[in-house]
This record gives sequence, structure tokens and C-alpha cells, in this order.
Amino acid sequence: MAKNPDDRDLFPGALEIMILKSLRLKPMHGYALVKHIKQVSDNLLQVEEGSLYPALQRMLRDGLLRSEEGISAKGRPTRIYSVTEAGLRHLEREVQSFEKMFAGITRVLAFDQA
Amino acid sequence: MPTLPRLFGRNRRYSDIDVSISEHIQERADELESEGMPRKQAEQTARREFGNVALIQQRSREQWQWRALESLLADFKFTLRRLRKSPGFAITVLLTLAIGIGANTAVFSVVDGVLLKPLPYPDSNQLTALWLGAPGAGSLANYSSGLQLSASMYFTFAAHNRTFQSLGVWSTRNANVTGLAQPEEVHTVLVSDGVLESLDVPAAVGRWLSQTDQDPHGAKRAMLSYGYWQRRFGGDRSVIGRTLQLDNETREIVGVMPRGFRMVDQDFDLLVPFAFDRYNQKLAPFGYDGIGRLKHGVTLPQADADIARLLKTWMDTYSNGPGTNPHYYERWLISPQFRSLKQQVIGNVSSVLWVVMATVGLVMLIACVNIANLLLVRAESRQHEFSIRAALGAGRASIARELLMESVFLGLIGGVLAVGVAYAGLHLLVAFGPADLPRLSEVAIDARSLGFTLLLSIASGLLFGSIPAIKYAHTRAAAALSGANRTASAGRARQRSRSILVVAQVAMAMLLLVSALLMIRTFAALRNVEPGFTNPEHLQTMRISIPTSLVQDPRAVARIMNNIDDKISAIPGVQSVAYASVLPMEGFDPNADQLGVEGKHYEGGTPPIRLFDYVSPAYFDTVGTHLTAGREFTWSDVYDLHDYVIVSENFARENWGSASAAIGKRVRQFDSMPWQEVIGVVQDVRQHGVDEQAPPIIYWPVMLKDPYNPKPAIEAQRAVTFAIRSSRAGNESLVADIQQAVWSVNGNLPVASVNTMQQIYAKSLARTSFTLAMLAIAGAMALALGIIGIYGVISYAVSQRTREIGIRLALGAQKNELKWMFVRSALTLTVFGVVIGISAAAALTQTMKSLLFGISPLDPVTYLTVPLVLAAAAVLASYIPARRAAAINPVEALRVE
Repeated sequence: MAKNPDDRDLFPGALEIMILKSLRLKPMHGYALVKHIKQVSDNLLQVEEGSLYPALQRMLRDGLLRSEEGISAKGRPTRIYSVTEAGLRHLEREVQSFEKMFAGITRVLAFDQA
Repeated sequence: MPTLPRLFGRNRRYSDIDVSISEHIQERADELESEGMPRKQAEQTARREFGNVALIQQRSREQWQWRALESLLADFKFTLRRLRKSPGFAITVLLTLAIGIGANTAVFSVVDGVLLKPLPYPDSNQLTALWLGAPGAGSLANYSSGLQLSASMYFTFAAHNRTFQSLGVWSTRNANVTGLAQPEEVHTVLVSDGVLESLDVPAAVGRWLSQTDQDPHGAKRAMLSYGYWQRRFGGDRSVIGRTLQLDNETREIVGVMPRGFRMVDQDFDLLVPFAFDRYNQKLAPFGYDGIGRLKHGVTLPQADADIARLLKTWMDTYSNGPGTNPHYYERWLISPQFRSLKQQVIGNVSSVLWVVMATVGLVMLIACVNIANLLLVRAESRQHEFSIRAALGAGRASIARELLMESVFLGLIGGVLAVGVAYAGLHLLVAFGPADLPRLSEVAIDARSLGFTLLLSIASGLLFGSIPAIKYAHTRAAAALSGANRTASAGRARQRSRSILVVAQVAMAMLLLVSALLMIRTFAALRNVEPGFTNPEHLQTMRISIPTSLVQDPRAVARIMNNIDDKISAIPGVQSVAYASVLPMEGFDPNADQLGVEGKHYEGGTPPIRLFDYVSPAYFDTVGTHLTAGREFTWSDVYDLHDYVIVSENFARENWGSASAAIGKRVRQFDSMPWQEVIGVVQDVRQHGVDEQAPPIIYWPVMLKDPYNPKPAIEAQRAVTFAIRSSRAGNESLVADIQQAVWSVNGNLPVASVNTMQQIYAKSLARTSFTLAMLAIAGAMALALGIIGIYGVISYAVSQRTREIGIRLALGAQKNELKWMFVRSALTLTVFGVVIGISAAAALTQTMKSLLFGISPLDPVTYLTVPLVLAAAAVLASYIPARRAAAINPVEALRVE
């Protein structure tokens, strides 16, 4: 878990959005989720296990996710996480608010450059 | 998700987390293995990359927990487990806490019940004791109730005041009930209109005494107390309308007061209306306690001013009879000094209770210091554990928190045990407390006491826990791991905090011992006071009263008393018998009035007020009051109504220079009366208690010409206390014999207030002996705890310095010097403690002034003795471990690791 100085802590809520977005594509278990985010972001984003598992439990508690018993690729028992209806609604709301925020930030940055 | 299912489904959640995480690590390991890493290395790497598995599991689980509570519970379980591992420590600490907190809870319950809680009446803060100051009235206004009110004052104040919702006067009296069973003496409370209205407690059955019941010519009525109703009528509700014979008068019962209702501070059996004759009142006499309920928003000074204005109206309206000056009382300088009823009820007991509270509080503090010391030792032995945990990344704060939590839990467990101790302690306290402790019936362990216990438990836990917690939160891992056990002796710093605790302990023990010794010296001083009577343990006392309704003629009353006197004298084992209106220290005064000495001119024309008592022949001989000059009354003096009087020695000295010079001199009460010749002078008597100066007393015969009746009349004492000198005093069989003797004279006379003079005497010492007992117990505990503290510190120092001692011995140190070295360090601590303790004691014992008698709060004997005792204790406590140190075999000591 060596920390890369280039790594950035994700801002609050970002981890949740990425989990929801990834799991909407297909239900996954924890390790797959980490790999998926890493791959899709071209190694730019690294999810720390220390944040992931508590976050998963928090989202389960809040009803955004559900978990089922499943079998991993190697045939070992694991837990597969998937998004609930509430999770989908939450994702939509969050994505919208992120888009607004990004738009705002982009404009300010653009103004600064001009 | 709702809380309950969440809690129940939790174990499944927890195993889900574990499964997820272990699969995560396995999969990563598989991946690494497929990249060519050996399996074992792959698993290790995967685990390392993942991070702290246990921590992440913990964090994930926490999402499902009510975090604070659960980690508290875990800490609590941990504390219990560790306590079970060291039962000696656990028992010591828990016992100390249970006793300390228990004693505090018990005393707090008393303080709360007596001093803090409002009186048990609705809106009791509006209730006021109508206390009048009258500095010009001599001993008449000397007592706890000030100058009492007269009936004419009551009528004036009740009719014209602007500040009270209601006010009235009341008084207690014993009366005889006949016709129910055996004649029985009951406690009655006489009330005027306005008293029940002020107290505002509704009747349990029937109704209050009303205004019409106060009509002197109307029907005679009475109310019952709950207790009397249960006792005599079995709680029968049809009692309303029935009658009883009270002092041979028929009274109709109109109501019953509820359970627990007391008349201010008096238990009673019957409530009876005064039925004053409004149109036939004089200014005097002043014999009633006043009580009132203030209007909303009215303050005591406003009420004082309101009533002060009415005093003139009172003197304008009433007189003491033709030819008297109604404005005479201006000379008494009467002024209302109303106080809250609660203050009146509590009286002077508050200083005792606060001293006792402070005492047990201080003992608690010492106990906390001792426990802190024990915890320091324990924490020291856990030093390694803490260092390792700190090295592994445990925060200092979390170690401190754990130490603190542990001690708070200790405090709480101690608090639970303490409730049991408090129950027992309260019983003891009530049993040993001053018999006249007001409101004792209201004292109980209730929610407030339990709340206090909880707070005290937590606070003491925080207190004794904070010292090791603060200390070890600052532990530096490296220092502790590397050094500690290899150096010859423990670091100075570690020893220092324990030494400071011992100094604090000695200082507090010093304070308590000084207070205790001051009380012991006070008690001794009081015991040395010549009370004015001898061998009180062989003096049986009892009261008899003959109401006018039973025997009208005063001469017959005197004869009946004389007969009773003779009959009791004939009982085997009885040496002598006499009676008086009141015996010394009985707690009330029969009368007091002005008395002029022949040939003496008084400023303002009126002589000062003197205390009166009325005594039978042979009274002084029976009680043991020394006759300094002249003789006692004889029965022929009494029956012939000779104008004789006996005075106390201080009165004789004041007026005639010496006791013998007084014989044959003359005094009189009013100008209209004949002169009375002084036939005897007796030793001064501490009439109002051992700690009060002996007042000048005028002793009249038990039958005399009535000075208050304008027509020639005779007055005989009807309510008297008999004093019976006998070696059988206090014996049940003697009391039975006395009752038989009384009944053989008149079958309607009950015997009441059976006591020995010793009991009356002890009661007057009760406040001092109670304070003494409490302080002595606290002082002894403080001394014991202090000795344990010093012993602990020195003996721990010895065990820590074994290697050093070994080296010293090997290098040729003398054993005696070694012993002295440890004793000296104990003495140094003691001296520091004593110096601090002396300054604290000198300041704090000033607050005890009102409890002391005959000695100063800075009594030199006390201040010399206590440091010596403490020094001796310190030598004793340190000598035992010091000897052990000297006995160390250097070879063994150096091998110790």
C-alpha cells in the first residue's frame, strides 16, 4: 500500500460515484472492482483497500448496494456487490452535481488562463 | 436500515466482510503467482499491499456499529478481565471506592434531605418564620425562636399586614387523652387561624380547622395526625364527627392530616385550635411561634418593613391592664427579622453537616490519591506493554484514553457497591446523629443521591485515572524499551509523581487529624464543665402535668404533687425526690420576666429580664446543685406562701457582691407586689446546655401568689419534671414502680418523657459528639490511608532500587545508614505534607469556630501533636521496607534481573 506522492486523495463522494458507476456495468466482487477502476482510469486513479471496504459497507448500510454470495473466478466463495434502485438514483443525482461542479471549475480555470 | 435488524444481522455482515477481504488477498496472490512469484512470497506481498487487514476489517465493521458505545463496552470487558487477573488489586481498589463513595453518598443524602431540599409544603419558599428580634428583652428573646409572638400581635399582624397571603401562630403542648384506653399523654399542636392555610397541605380525610372552630365560645374541635388516626382509630374514615376527651374536654374530630405531615419540625398527635378571645387580649405574654405565607413577589425585607409598621398599631390597640404603659415595649427594640421557614427549621445544624460533608469528601480525595498511587505502580509494570504498543503505532491518546476508561470503570463498579454501603451508612448516621437533627424523617437515598453517586464515581475515576494517564501518554517508546531495567534505579521523574501524591496525602491527613483533635479537645473541655448537677446517670426524670380541667384548685395541685413525691420516695432504692418546672438542659424555659433588687436604681426605670424556674423543696439536694449560702424551700414555705426566693450565685454576685451577702436581701417582680426575701444562693447551672454560659436564674417556690393576676390569686406549677435520685435510675422496673406510685395518687395521670438526666445531658452534647465521631472516623481513615501510602512508596522504592542497594552494600555501606536513608526520605515527604497541611488547617478550621468550645481553632497542643503523630507514623511505615532493604544480600541483589 506504498503511497505514491503523485496520488491524490479523492474528494468526498468520488469513490462512491466510481463504485456505483462500475457496479452498474456489472456486479463485481471487491478485488475486481479495484482492478476495474484502475484499468479504466489508465492507472490514474488507485482505490485504496483501506477506503474501499468501509465504503462498501457504508453503502450497503445506506441501501445503495446489495451483496450476494458468489464464487470468484478461481472458485472461492466471495461476495458480489450490485447496485440497487436507490443506488441508481443516487448515482444520477451525484453525477449531475459533479458535472455542474466540473463545469464551474473549468470556467474558472479557463478565465484564469485567458 | 432500522437499528434492530441491523444489530441482529450483524454477525452475517461481519463474516461477509471477512470473506470479501480474504478473497481479495487470495486473488491478488494468484495474480502475482501467475506473474512468476513463488506462492509464499506472493501471499506475503498481497497481504502487505492490502495493508492492515485487521484495521480495515475493524473500520468496515464499524459502519454497522454504534461506535462509541461498542468500543466502550469492549474497553469495559477488557477492564473486567484484567481486574480478575489481579484480585488483590481489584479488592483493595473496589473496597476503598465502595467505602469512600458510600460514605459520601450517605452524608450527601443527609445534607440533601436536611439542607438542600425544599420543605415538604407546596411553594415552600414563600413560607416564613415570623422571627422577632428584641435586644432589649433580655433572655426572653435569647432562644432559637427569637422573641415569640403574643396573641395580640397575631391579631394585629393578621388584620393589617399587606405582604402575607396568610399568617398565624402555633405552639406545642402535651395533653392527656382519656376515655379511649389507658389515660395517654399526647403531643398536641395548638394553631390559630392562618397556620394550616399557610402550610397549604390539604386534609387527608375531612376538613381543616376553620375560622369558626377558633371561636372561644363555639364548639370544641380537633384534627388528628395520620399516625394517631392509624394508631388509635385503625384508620377508620368514619372517625369524622366522633369525639374524644382531651384534658377532660370533649372535642369533635373534623379531619385527619395526611401521612408525613409535620407541623414545621414537630411530630404531633392532635391539632387543636387556640380559640383566643379576641376581645380579651393583652400585649403579653409572648409564647407563640409565628408562621406566614408571603404574597407572590414579596421579599423578606418588605415583609419586615410591613410588620415593623404594625408594631405601633399593636401597642396603641392593646395594653397590659390599667395603669401599665403600653409603649413600655419600645424599650425592647422589637424588630421583625423574618427568615425563611427552612432556615428556621435547619437552625445551627448546617455547620455540622457541612463539616461532615467536607470531611468525608476529603477522605474520598485521600482514597483517590491512594488508588492513583496503586495505578501508577500497575502502570509502571505495564510500561513495557505500553512501549511496545506505542512502537506498533498505538496513539498516545488511545493509551491514555484506555487508562482513563479503566479507572472510570473502576469508579463506576465502586459506585455500584457504594450504594449498598450508603444504605448501611445512612442507618448508622441516623442512629448516631444528633437526636434533634431536623428533618431526619425526610432523609433517604433517592434519585438525587444516586445521581450524586454516579457523578462522584465518574469524577473520582477521572481524578485517580488522570495521573497515570497523563504520565504514560507521554512515555517515549525508545527510552522505556532500551533503558528502564538495566539502569541501577528507576528514573527520578517516575518516583517524583508518586512522592507528590504522598505529600498531598499527608497534608490532607494532617487537616483531618487536626480537625478531629480539635473536636476531641472540645469534647473534653465540655466534659470538664461543671454543669450544675451531679451523677446524672443516677437521676431518673419524668414529666407530669395536671390540667385545670382535672384539678381546679392550685393548693390541691401542690398537694397531689407532694403526695406523688412522698409515694415515689417510698420506693425501695430511691434516695430523694423533687420536681421543678424544668430541669437543666431540657430545652425550654418556663418563664422569664423583669426582677428588681431592693435599693437598686435601674436605667430607664425597669429592671432587666431574668430567667425563672419553679422548684420544690429538696430540689437542689436531689439534683446535686451545690447550695453556696442559706437554705432550700420547705413544704411549709410552700403551703404558707412565704415570700421567699432562691437565686443563682452569679445573680447574687452581680447585685450584692457575694453569695453570703445575698441572704436576707429582697427582690420583687412588679412595684405592686410585696418584696421577696432571698433565703438561699445556689451554684450556677448550665441551664441551656453545656456549651452555653450559665444564665442568672431566679428560683421560685412551686406555689406562689400569682404576679400576673390583678386580683389576689394563687398559682401552682401544673406541668413539672420530677427528678428521682436512685441507683435504679434508667431501670424498667423503677419506671413501672413510679407509674404505680403516680396512679396510686391519681389514676388519670400519665407519666411522660421518661429519661435519665444522663440522656438529657448527653443530648446537649450530641452535636459535639456526633461531629467528633465523624471526624475521628475520618481522621483514623486518613491516618491509615496515609500510612499505607507512605509504606507503598518506600517499599516500592526499595524494590526498584534493589540493584543499587546491592552495589552500595558491596561497596561497604552500613546497614543502619541504609535504613536511615529510606526512613529519611519518608520523613522528608511527611515534613512537606505537614507544612502544607498546617497552612491548610489553619485556614480551614476557622470555619469550625462555631463548633468549638473552650479552645481556639489554632490550639497549639493540637498543632504540635498531630505532626508528631504523623512523623511517628511515617517512621513506622518506612521502617519495615527499610529493614528489608538493609537485609538484602548483595550477591543476590546484583544477580537480580
